[in-house]
Amino acid sequence: MASTHPDAGRVVRFAPIDVGRWLVWGLTAALFLVAPLVFRTGFAITLLSQMGILIIFALSYNMIFGQGGMLSFGHAVYSGLGAFFAIHAMNWVGAGTLPLPMSLIPLVGGLFGALFGVIFGYVTTKKSGTPFAMITLGIGEMVFAASLMFPGFFGGEGGISSNRVVGEPFLGITYGPAIQVYYLIALWCFGSMIAMFAFSHTPLGRISNAVRDNPERAEFVGYNTQRVRYLVLIVSAFFAGISGGLAAINFEIVSAENVSAARSGGVLLAAFIGGAMFFFGPIIGSVIFVLFAIALSEWTKAWQFYLGVFFVLMVLYAPGGIASLILMNLRVAKYKLFGRLRDAYVGVLLTGLVLLVGVILVVEMSYHLTLNFATGTQTKIFGFTADGGDPAFWVLALGILAAGAVSFEAMRRYFSREWGAVQEKIEDQIRREQGI
Amino acid sequence: MEFFLISLLNGVSYGLLLFMLASGLTLIFSMMGVLNFAHASFYMIGAYVAYQISTWVGYWPALVLAPIVVGLLGALVEKYGLRRVHRWGHVPELLFTFGLSYIIVELVQIVWGRAAVPYQVPEELQGPLFTLFTTSFPKYRGFMMLVAVLMLVAIWLLLTRTRIGLVIQASLTHPETVEALGHNVPRVFMLTFAGGTALAGLAGVIGGNAFVTEPSMAALVGSIIFVVTVVGGMGSLAGAFVASLLIGVMQSFAIAIDYSGLKLAESLGLSIGPDAFGHGVLKLTLSQVAPVLPYLLLVLILIFRPKGLMGTREG
Repeated sequence: MASTHPDAGRVVRFAPIDVGRWLVWGLTAALFLVAPLVFRTGFAITLLSQMGILIIFALSYNMIFGQGGMLSFGHAVYSGLGAFFAIHAMNWVGAGTLPLPMSLIPLVGGLFGALFGVIFGYVTTKKSGTPFAMITLGIGEMVFAASLMFPGFFGGEGGISSNRVVGEPFLGITYGPAIQVYYLIALWCFGSMIAMFAFSHTPLGRISNAVRDNPERAEFVGYNTQRVRYLVLIVSAFFAGISGGLAAINFEIVSAENVSAARSGGVLLAAFIGGAMFFFGPIIGSVIFVLFAIALSEWTKAWQFYLGVFFVLMVLYAPGGIASLILMNLRVAKYKLFGRLRDAYVGVLLTGLVLLVGVILVVEMSYHLTLNFATGTQTKIFGFTADGGDPAFWVLALGILAAGAVSFEAMRRYFSREWGAVQEKIEDQIRREQGI
Repeated sequence: MEFFLISLLNGVSYGLLLFMLASGLTLIFSMMGVLNFAHASFYMIGAYVAYQISTWVGYWPALVLAPIVVGLLGALVEKYGLRRVHRWGHVPELLFTFGLSYIIVELVQIVWGRAAVPYQVPEELQGPLFTLFTTSFPKYRGFMMLVAVLMLVAIWLLLTRTRIGLVIQASLTHPETVEALGHNVPRVFMLTFAGGTALAGLAGVIGGNAFVTEPSMAALVGSIIFVVTVVGGMGSLAGAFVASLLIGVMQSFAIAIDYSGLKLAESLGLSIGPDAFGHGVLKLTLSQVAPVLPYLLLVLILIFRPKGLMGTREG
């Protein structure tokens, strides 16, 4: 067919301005701006900065996990190695050998993250599914072991430290105060969020979804699935490296812990808890994870236990993460069926609270007994003093635990019955609307 | 010669311990498609439970009881956890066991504390088994090898010579057909999972006192056994056996050899100064590189033989 038609090759698109999308992004930007003005304490700024760093990391992780279907246990390799190169770049800037403003240091991390994505991704993306997961775990362990072998570059156990207040201040910004670092992180975080969201709408982002859902079919259509996985991993490693670079600026120290399996596992937890099937899921997950890892760890040594239990409960009962819970409840509210669930919700939450109190009492008292035996058996929980050496407290704690467990199980059954009925009703209604 | 034989024996005994772990993992994987991330955690529980039982009634009852306890725990985990997420596919299963490994480490710390517990080799098994030239080989290492070989023979007999073994083998490849023939496949799954975790528990009982019983012991051995299963070929028991021995022997030789690229260059008549390019890599001795070797092997295998040493399927 000769291309004589004037419109040949031209794609006509109907693209009105998406008001909802502008609103959501505008609100996100406003949130970034306002958050440190509302929470003004130093601790809150620390929390917010770490949330921003983890949001980039978790979103980059979700690019391969949620959108590409690749479960990785070694994503910290890219952020960690990016962080190492970023901190060396900071030292070079400080020594005057590298003319680069501090604000662009995360880019160094990103580029080196992508470079290692090119190197390691070539090996890991040969496989998918469970073998991919195991290989990433192996690569992660390899990098961690290697990082302790070369103290010249990785700084051994102590790590590499640096100073972010170097060079001429630009518009009065020195990055001395934590608030300035927060706004740098917020800026990079917001930019990365937009870039990653845009990526998920590119042909490569779309085809990575296809490779996740049905690799065989994607191959029949003519795509090389291995190549798609490889390219997506490189892009994801770039953003992971950016988060590593920001971490280097924020903490001014990078150690082997940055490439450790614990870091890789943490980002997996954050992405999954938030909801890997939704773009915004990992953002929620990062906020929750930082609250667990930093705020909760101030109060209790057993925070990893609570986090692990929370994670397993999410895997068992809400595999779509917090994001799916929110959307499901919004759907219930939209069809005005919330009233029917109100009693069930109250019951589940109240009995759940009793169960939670019981679990916390038992865990904290036992932890206190095994770990702080020298300081006596008494411990403070919820402002009360509990004595782990006194059997009465154990009877009380186990009693609350048992009562909570029994009543919660009953309420859970009632709730899941009601919830199922409500969901069925909604689906009925949707079908009816479509029928008309 | 002396060094060679002792290193070989040490390597084989370590490799056999790895195989005890990897065999359970491989069985569970090939049967259910589940990569049990918490496998090494069950190994740790085995060691701690054995320690607890041995403080009450001694080591020999613990050798029998601890694997049973761990196996029961595994059965519960399969029945109330894994089976629930099974319908959502393999990734949620993997995530479930991943979360479980988090919880188990913390539970162990809550019950037994963060420091290592004094789990010791029983008196009957202390002391040297025989002396080779000038180095003595400990009795307990010999005992470990004996238990591992007995277990290997027992699994092999169970899988090939008994009725339940035939059902398990059939369920590996044709679960629907086996179910149609009237076998309860979910129960077979549960038994396999319990059996696999019990093997890990047994490995914990005999490995816990040979090494150190501490909360980090699961993480130390966990990633190595994944390497073993990938290198041997996913789902291949024979491959897991070969790979365990290979990695065990490789590790024990590498740790004992204090030889670096720098010394090699010197013996070739080259002298490399501390400023030369690559000095940092060349000055590393083989014993320093040892922790990385299994993972390097993994990467090399993946590049040159992606299905593993004895694997039959790719991907």
